Amino acid sequence: MSTTVWIILAGAVVTYLTRIGGHLVLSRFERIHPRVEAGLNAVPAAVLTTLVAPSVLSAGPAELIALAVAGLVALRGGMMAMFLSGAAVLIVLRYFIG
Amino acid sequence: MSVNADVKTADGGAASEFWSGARACVPVLVAVFPFGLLFGALAVDNGFSVGEAVLMSAIVYGGASQMVGIELFGQQIAPWLIVFSILAVNFRHVLYSGAFGRRIRHWSGVQQALGFFLLSDPQFAETERKAEDGHPVSFAWYMGFGAPVWAAWVIETALGGYFGGLVSDPHAIGLDFLLPIYFLGLVMGFRKRPLWLPVVLASSVASILAYKFVGSPWHVSIGAAAGILLAAVVSPTDVRKETDA
Repeated sequence: MSTTVWIILAGAVVTYLTRIGGHLVLSRFERIHPRVEAGLNAVPAAVLTTLVAPSVLSAGPAELIALAVAGLVALRGGMMAMFLSGAAVLIVLRYFIG
Repeated sequence: MSVNADVKTADGGAASEFWSGARACVPVLVAVFPFGLLFGALAVDNGFSVGEAVLMSAIVYGGASQMVGIELFGQQIAPWLIVFSILAVNFRHVLYSGAFGRRIRHWSGVQQALGFFLLSDPQFAETERKAEDGHPVSFAWYMGFGAPVWAAWVIETALGGYFGGLVSDPHAIGLDFLLPIYFLGLVMGFRKRPLWLPVVLASSVASILAYKFVGSPWHVSIGAAAGILLAAVVSPTDVRKETDA
């Protein structure tokens, strides 16, 4: 097999290990400490935030306004409404202010 | 309410659970579509065959790590370093895995093994939201959400590989910024959880600082650790209330 295929296979194995690893470690404990439980409940917001925050650094006015509008819509509407309004604002603003 | 109905009529329940998952994944399909094409096109550009690009999408199944992988591949970096970079980008899944394992204790071993394979960012976020509403997460619902996203990702990779220059001006139609908007929506979806705002603030500040001073992809692990530690240190008095609710 080519080096490329080996890289892909190894990449798949290490990725799968990250996806099952946290569970394998935690399932060795019979009881989960309340602090660990609280930490686990914070995982979605904590991790997903890090996927958004740095993009704000390089964002211009069009991107920032689009994020703000999407964030406000998310308070009221569902995921689809939030996403489409954010994308629409972004496209329109980029058309006018580049 | 609908949970009881699903339990009684096992077959009809599984089918309706599957379709409810499939409906929930539509925004993900829209948000991810351009990135599947982009990955296919970039992979071929960096010396992958279309078959290799498709294989990578099918078995690694992690967009950001695949982009980093092919970028380094194009630069003739040592293979072990490429694999290590994929591991670094995907390291956040360890945290997902620990939290997600609590939701699927009632699944069989094979179902769990498959479930962990599909544990992408949106898959994890939607599963947590479903569990938060008090619904048990069924394997049928999980596959209804995950199977279309996986299949679309693989097909888009092939399309992007074959028709590379498909998207002429990604900037004009906002493609490069769709994912941050989408991830912001996911973050907002958890705003009813205890300590949501402090966690988001801590992770924002820490990830931005780490992005500047340590570099990508470590800003993800460092930023996440800040929010999670904050919740673990501050929380215990609130926790019991929340688990009952």
